[in-house]
Amino acid sequence: MKKGLEGPPPADRPTPAGRRNKQGIRIDPEVEATHEPRRTVISALVTHEPGVLSDVSGLFSRRQFNIESLTVGPTEDEDHARITIVVEEPDPGIDQIEKQLRKLVPVISVRELEPDAMRRELALIKVDASRPDQVAAVAEMYGGKTVDSSPETATIEVTGARQKIEAAIDTFSQFGVREISRTGTTALARGTDRTAASSTAQPADEANYEDQYTHTANDD
Amino acid sequence: MSERAAKVTPADDEQDDDQITDSAAPDAVTEDDAAGDDAESPAEPVTTGAESVVRALENAGVEYAFGVQGGAIMPVYDALYDSDIRHVTMAHEQGAAHAADAYGIVSGEPGVCLATSGPGATNLVTGIADADMDSDPMVALTGQVPTEFVGNDAFQETDTTGVTTPVTKDNTFASDSDRVGSDVSEAFALAREGRPGPTLVDLPKDVTNGETDREPDAPTVPDTYQVQERADSEIVDAAAERIENCARPVMLLGGGVIKGEASEACREFAIEHEIPVITTMPGIGAFPEDHELSLEMAGMHGTGYANMAVTHCDTLIGIGTRFDDRLTGGIETFAPDAEVIHVDIDPAEISKNIHADYPLVGDAETVVEQLSEAVDSSPEAKKWRAQCQQWKSDYSMAYDAPEDKPVQPEFVVEALDEATSDRAIVTTGVGQHQMWACQYWTYTEPRTWVSSHGLGAMGYGLPSAIGARLAADDDQEVVCIDGDGSFLMTLQGLSVAVREELDITVAVLNNEYIGMVRQWQDAFFDGRHSASDYGWMPEFDKLAEAFGACGFRIDDYDDVAETIDDAIAYDGPSVIDVHIDPDANVYPMVPSGGDNGQFALTEDQL
Repeated sequence: MKKGLEGPPPADRPTPAGRRNKQGIRIDPEVEATHEPRRTVISALVTHEPGVLSDVSGLFSRRQFNIESLTVGPTEDEDHARITIVVEEPDPGIDQIEKQLRKLVPVISVRELEPDAMRRELALIKVDASRPDQVAAVAEMYGGKTVDSSPETATIEVTGARQKIEAAIDTFSQFGVREISRTGTTALARGTDRTAASSTAQPADEANYEDQYTHTANDD
Repeated sequence: MSERAAKVTPADDEQDDDQITDSAAPDAVTEDDAAGDDAESPAEPVTTGAESVVRALENAGVEYAFGVQGGAIMPVYDALYDSDIRHVTMAHEQGAAHAADAYGIVSGEPGVCLATSGPGATNLVTGIADADMDSDPMVALTGQVPTEFVGNDAFQETDTTGVTTPVTKDNTFASDSDRVGSDVSEAFALAREGRPGPTLVDLPKDVTNGETDREPDAPTVPDTYQVQERADSEIVDAAAERIENCARPVMLLGGGVIKGEASEACREFAIEHEIPVITTMPGIGAFPEDHELSLEMAGMHGTGYANMAVTHCDTLIGIGTRFDDRLTGGIETFAPDAEVIHVDIDPAEISKNIHADYPLVGDAETVVEQLSEAVDSSPEAKKWRAQCQQWKSDYSMAYDAPEDKPVQPEFVVEALDEATSDRAIVTTGVGQHQMWACQYWTYTEPRTWVSSHGLGAMGYGLPSAIGARLAADDDQEVVCIDGDGSFLMTLQGLSVAVREELDITVAVLNNEYIGMVRQWQDAFFDGRHSASDYGWMPEFDKLAEAFGACGFRIDDYDDVAETIDDAIAYDGPSVIDVHIDPDANVYPMVPSGGDNGQFALTEDQL
């Protein structure tokens, strides 16, 4: 009669010296790279059809990608829409996001934007109007504009890079902020560089600058 | 058009055969027909959306469709009534999806399943998700309430495209009777192009009932879907250099090898360069397991030698695999010394779970041929091969089968293998029996192993045997190795097998447990058998008889060989209720997230 499974038990077996990190990358002690999350902007050109936004947002949620903001709007071509996504992930995750997005059939092209890309967000900030002149002064400081006022409130529209909006909100908070509504970031590449027409992937490392947002916070 | 599919086309239907072969150019069909001497009259022009849907299926070469009738899909069924497509009415939609899935695995062409809206569509979801996880080509067509009711929670309404978005390669809500046929054609093209997968078209009743004279377009994928066939030649050269100079190479063949028809190219490459070969579970059959270089399957219940080899290799050539956690165990300890060459047609699989040092995006067969041309000399790995052979003898697969104990499941799997030809097709449910079927059946040919890998859907066995039977050649036996729990989930499919007179042998390895759960409960939950004890199982042989199938029962070793022979010889569906040792467990085993090289050979080693 046959004998059951035999062989040296686990403790008696040789084990390799190497290890991989959580991203499946082999760890070489001499050039060990850690992958900290970084924030970046991904722009996707998609066919303008029902369900495409749900395809994209569903992809992000089921794959547990950490999404910061997502905006969508029409483009110069009425059959196309542009989706701008701000994400915070380690580089392998950003790479994976781009690849997964490209797999969606309605997605035409995807790229990560350069750090110098133009990024804009719009915020509506409703504050108490007890000190209208000071509110106006702060609004002017951020290039904002008062779009509504009542005896008790003033609503200011501010556009700019995310950091500028944050700074504006911070400054307005001295008057008492009642409500805020923000659009999330939309972005375009600079100059003649096409934002999402090219299907060539951008190497993740190229845009891997730290503090990219602080560098471009006052680029308007 | 696969050779197999062409073969089963009735000989007196040559004209239809032309239509099928010429599916890329439907306009040419009528010309061909007209050119024939005694050709049948050209196909009637379509008059409704539903007819256009069926025409699209015909143009794509569909022979079988698996489904269940219902309110919202009725127009399509009405159009099918006049078609040569053979509709196989299933007893449950889950079975329809699994049957279509298995048909796709065995034939290589997308299997088709149909269901009505609401519950019909949701019952398909398990099978669709299964096809998605395993990248099986499949087209699902679902009825939908009329467009004007959509969104109103109408009777039998479900947001089917919403529900299936995460589990389909692509899906479409058909909104236009003039477009609907082309939607189906496109779904077909997408299902098989590049990395295969399930696609779905949701068909509102007014769209399929609506008038149209539009013939469907040829099955083509949208412009935005682009597949890279050839890998970057610089990386191919670098990978080739790595292979030439490494000392401990291993080829890891995944399901993509079989789907990409790359088995032959991989065999030639491995044998020419004498590289040991491991498969994943979906890759079983890509390489002959009786070959000296084969180390069989790696992973949680893979062989000890495969797991030793994958752990200690210095170069891992992974082809068509997504590095699922059941294969890798803990990422940190997976092939930790290996430089990874990863061939995959889906760029998103590269470095998703395991970082690829040499990413080769492209069609598996093409890229292996590229590699083959680029590799000038074989690696000097004699010592490594000897080591692998040593592991093969150190950790050989074996089991105890004492006469005084109930029948051991491994013995039954081996007996079934022995009683059938090399080309026999095995389908399984999910659980212990599935692992024994992996471990103790010797697979030598691609497309002979049909199982639910990624999703692990219990109940897969019987319906997949139905789909496999219809896709298989007549001389290929189809054996379903099932578990009692798995079989119970979809055994209503026996009615289908009986009605269709399908020659299928089902061997139910009956231990009156959800066995894999019981095994884990013994190992990790102090033996507390919470809800895994199935002591209330019916007598499957008698149940089979009630359905009109042939029932057998095995209680001890003396019955095994003869009963199996009788069951296989029976020309129709037969069920063997095999009462196995309820305490039998599956080993080796790598605990979830563990180190592949630290596989346990017994429960004590967990």
